[in-house]
Amino acid sequence: MNVNSVKLNDQTIAIEENRVPPTEKPVVRSGKLRHLLNAFEARTWRNIVIGIPYIWMLLLFFLPFLYVFKISLAESIMARPPFSTLFTWVGDAQVSINLVFDNYLLLLQDALYTTAYLNSLKIAFVATLICLIIGYIMAYGIARAQPTMRNILLLLVILPFWTSFLLRVYAWMGLLANHGIINNLLLAIGLIDKPIQMMYTNFAMYVVFVYSFLPFMILPLYANLEKLDATLDEASADLGAKPVTTFLTITLPLSVPGIIAGCMLVFIPAVGEFVIPTLVGGPDSLMIGRMLFDEFFANRDWPVASAVAVVLLILLVFPFMLYKHFSAKQEERSP
Amino acid sequence: MKPLEEKPWDTQPWLDKHKKPFLEIRGVTKKFGDFTAVNNVSLEIYKSELFCLLGGSGCGKTTLLRVLAGFETPTEGKIFIDGVDVTELPPYERPVNMMFQSYAIFPHMSVEKNIAYGLKRERLPKAEIRSRVEDVLELVQMSPFAKRKPHQLSGGQQQRVALARALVKQPKILLLDEPLAALDRNLREETQFELMNIQDKLGITFIVVTHDQKEAMTLSTRIAVMNKGQFVEIGTPTDIYEYPQSRFTANFIGSINIFEGVVKEDRLDSHVVRCEDTECDLLIDRDSSIHAGESVWVAIRPEKINVSKEEPADHHFNTVRGKILDFGYLGNLSVYNVELDSGKIVKASAPNRNRISKHRVDWDDIVYLSWEAANTVVLSG
Repeated sequence: MNVNSVKLNDQTIAIEENRVPPTEKPVVRSGKLRHLLNAFEARTWRNIVIGIPYIWMLLLFFLPFLYVFKISLAESIMARPPFSTLFTWVGDAQVSINLVFDNYLLLLQDALYTTAYLNSLKIAFVATLICLIIGYIMAYGIARAQPTMRNILLLLVILPFWTSFLLRVYAWMGLLANHGIINNLLLAIGLIDKPIQMMYTNFAMYVVFVYSFLPFMILPLYANLEKLDATLDEASADLGAKPVTTFLTITLPLSVPGIIAGCMLVFIPAVGEFVIPTLVGGPDSLMIGRMLFDEFFANRDWPVASAVAVVLLILLVFPFMLYKHFSAKQEERSP
Repeated sequence: MKPLEEKPWDTQPWLDKHKKPFLEIRGVTKKFGDFTAVNNVSLEIYKSELFCLLGGSGCGKTTLLRVLAGFETPTEGKIFIDGVDVTELPPYERPVNMMFQSYAIFPHMSVEKNIAYGLKRERLPKAEIRSRVEDVLELVQMSPFAKRKPHQLSGGQQQRVALARALVKQPKILLLDEPLAALDRNLREETQFELMNIQDKLGITFIVVTHDQKEAMTLSTRIAVMNKGQFVEIGTPTDIYEYPQSRFTANFIGSINIFEGVVKEDRLDSHVVRCEDTECDLLIDRDSSIHAGESVWVAIRPEKINVSKEEPADHHFNTVRGKILDFGYLGNLSVYNVELDSGKIVKASAPNRNRISKHRVDWDDIVYLSWEAANTVVLSG
């Protein structure tokens, strides 16, 4: 390095800075028409790429949902399909619309449904909270691990997905049963003299819930924590903050988007979960997913089952919309 | 943050044998596995110095700074600040603050809150925090931006916030990691002087890590040139530029021409050096450590070489003849690469004091290069 060459470099840099940055060049085609064609093509392709998933959602989620909504406003009848029709032609050019709100009224009046809804929300909330605490610690640990170790640790988090969900729940049943592995082990070392009742209790349900949904908490949290600049922690320490303070004032506030994403991913499927409460839950842990199943298949009361589903969706969508509304407002306030 | 009325420090405290150093680094080594980033360095820095650690990438300068900040524990050695051993203290208990190269501004806090962060950790009364934040914002001319979020600031403004956040803590020593590297050239020059003014006003000891020799020369009271985890040379900018001790320093700071030769004759006030690359002998000032028969490196800076088309009258010593190989017009000065008959290329530069419309020399012109013996430096290694 020497003075002259540095000067030379500075000059070349100065020249480059003054230059207008190159704009994105479209495929070279001569003429105005070609130019328009290029612009049209770009827009069309963009629309197609964005459009495909939306069409998919429309066809496979929104339309079926409308259908379910329609059924929820019908009457249960002994027929095939087992519900009354919404529109009936009466005489010439007259349509009678037959809306039945009984199903929704039933959900309000029958304490069984209200209990099931509240219970589902409570269990999902507690499971999400436990997942958040365990998941945060794990995600933080993985994000702060050596880069070579990170991938292995992440793989271990995802590994259970390689076997069927149902199989994993059954495996837990084998572990938690009265003559299961855990009880046998404890009996063998003499810690207990009769098996502990774990299956068909809330405890078993929470264990399996947390186990099943933990990766959904860890992955978004990891993605968030991994991006956090480690020098922010150093800057905080440098300014006199002890590690706990640094965590509470820097790391935690900056990981809120990850926390929200993780909690959504756990809470929403947990509320409607059917398999876990059915297989390991006790008689007192009635959840709405199980009610839904019973209404459809045991009672064959499709309209009520549909109403249950619609209300569940509203229950889940409402807090989500509220959150979106407030976060959008917050962004408006600090542009 | 009040500016000091008088300057209680003298300008060259390191020359005073009785002066107590403010920061003492004693035999500090930092190893990462097999790699030694900092290798047994010792250094004494005095109060209110603006000290630069200068070196290329991977020379260990940033590691040394991080050791001082407390982010790395030295493998060996001790660090004393104001007489207190801080070697084992965690960063949050050290009386030093750091300005990070990336600024590390907390993205979720406003400018104000970023600056108040360190004061809140000291549990100061709210009124004091507010007044100190206001003062420091004024000092760095950021008062109108107090409520802004970091992402609404330009690079230069972010740099000021980072500086203010560290300054507001009134640290005993402020560590700056490449403070100006992220700014564009014009802003960098402007900020350099501002940084010096702030340091002058507050009298805080600054330690600046930089790879930019110009920046180091402009800013510092003293520079430590680092290479491979060790100090090559420590001195004032003038010492380091005009009297480099080693070839590494001479080459690293500015550009220089080095002639290898053998001392032919010791005179009363000079030595005559025979060099194979030059036709005439080289004359250097008397130096008690040099004796006839020894081989030496004689160095001369390009700007101290006189370029002329006519042969100088006194051409017994320090005059070489060569062909213009290349020349560059840089506006304020012109640089020449001259090839001697031996094939050695000598760099020379001359300021363009008068406006020129036509270059005085052309490619392949024969020119004479000459210099004063007093302007040469003898390098030891």
